[in-house]
Amino acid sequence: MVRTYFLLAWTWTRAAAAYPGSFVLMVALGFVAAALDVAVVLIIFANTTALAGFSREEVLLLYGAAGLSFSLCDTFVSNLDRVSQHIKSGTFDTFLIRPVGAWIQLTTDRFNATRVGRVLQAAIVLGYAIAALGIGWERGWMIPVMVATGVVIFAALWTLAAALQFVLTDAPEVTNAFTYGSNQLTQYPLAVYARDLVKGVTYVLPLAFVNWQPGLYVLGRDDPFGTPEAMRFLGPAAALVLALPAALAWRQGIRHYRSTGS
Amino acid sequence: MIELDRAGRSFKVKREVVHAVRDLSLTVAAGEFVGCLGPNGAGKSTTIKMLCGILTPTSGTVRVAGLDPSRRRTALARRLGVVFGQRTTLWWDLPLVDSFELIRHLYKVDRATFRSRLGELTETLDLGAFLRTPVRQLSLGQRMRGDLAAALLHAPDVLVLDEPTIGLDVVSKAGIRDFLRRVNAERGTTVLLTTHDLGDIERLCRRVVLIGHGSLAFDGTLEELMATAPGQSSIEEVVTRLYTAGAQ
Repeated sequence: MVRTYFLLAWTWTRAAAAYPGSFVLMVALGFVAAALDVAVVLIIFANTTALAGFSREEVLLLYGAAGLSFSLCDTFVSNLDRVSQHIKSGTFDTFLIRPVGAWIQLTTDRFNATRVGRVLQAAIVLGYAIAALGIGWERGWMIPVMVATGVVIFAALWTLAAALQFVLTDAPEVTNAFTYGSNQLTQYPLAVYARDLVKGVTYVLPLAFVNWQPGLYVLGRDDPFGTPEAMRFLGPAAALVLALPAALAWRQGIRHYRSTGS
Repeated sequence: MIELDRAGRSFKVKREVVHAVRDLSLTVAAGEFVGCLGPNGAGKSTTIKMLCGILTPTSGTVRVAGLDPSRRRTALARRLGVVFGQRTTLWWDLPLVDSFELIRHLYKVDRATFRSRLGELTETLDLGAFLRTPVRQLSLGQRMRGDLAAALLHAPDVLVLDEPTIGLDVVSKAGIRDFLRRVNAERGTTVLLTTHDLGDIERLCRRVVLIGHGSLAFDGTLEELMATAPGQSSIEEVVTRLYTAGAQ
């Protein structure tokens, strides 16, 4: 499965690399666009020393971890949102006649390697925050777990969104609200949001496990909302709890695919 | 090799249920060459799509090479070649040969087998001149030959074609027919094709199936088909009678 993924992705990358100038420019643009995002965080901290009790470096750690998870998904999974175009035009048929899952084929469809610019930016921010806060292995081991958890959660969200397209057919914007919206939400410490919203993203849509709960552990802090310590370690479980219905929804979506005339 | 047992597929269109295919039973044995006729909207493509696992039947059962297509889709894909005349299954922006290379990996065909099969297909389908051309730049005839080669690179047991000769000139049609006959005769591949071109039926199909209003209207040899309308000499007239009779 992994081999097939990279084979398909590589084929598209090679096709794109036929225009090296534009390729490099797109990577650079992705990097700059993402850097502007982090500038917002820096501007906030030019006016204050703490955001909901979190220092600049602490916010950057949360921002970088969520950003890395999200940009990895944006690079490797987000092509799923093309499914609505494929359903509308009936070209989804051709994904279903191959001996490889439609999910893999779709995620690599016109794979766009230029998104690595964003991955790079998020990795740099995260690396800087780790160094600036002097985080060691005793708590830092959670960081790779946190990023992997985030990748699974975002990938599951994208899959759910794509599965919804089989029913809605033409509403990629509705589902983008979930995927890109979730990224926006996780860029800041959840302590800045209202208690009910935080409850929602903890127990309903488990976005709190992308970076907030494990991030609190890495930072050695208590949850301002008072959740027990054990919650910091529930990320992987929460990710699986979301991934399972996402996979089922995707399967059901394909079974309800209607194709087009002719 | 292909078994449909009271298979049906309905769609909900604006709160009304439309039965694209209903109670269709059909058995095709290994090595057969079956042509499927039927007016537009009769359910031919829906049937083909159920055979490939693209559409899940809403009633009845479908088996291809012993597998339930909608549940074992990817396993079936290894044993099934599919060609859509109206739509390419190749990668639009990639050169033809890159598409073939991808197919080699997806179907796990080993390099030596792939090379010899591609060589054979390149020769019989005369692909040499445009192997390096992106698919979007191919003419319809070239693209169709490319699609045929792509569907056969993994040496499937069953080949299903939905209107493979649509829009082609007489020479291209003849080439494709000749090729399909050879695939069936030499490799023993089971072939099921849908068409509106009665020439395809006359020149290729020992068995003819006619679908009208989503169910089986005729199943037999070409001679038996002709015998349904004594006194009519051309297949066009016979089929016209059957199509219009079905409409009443």
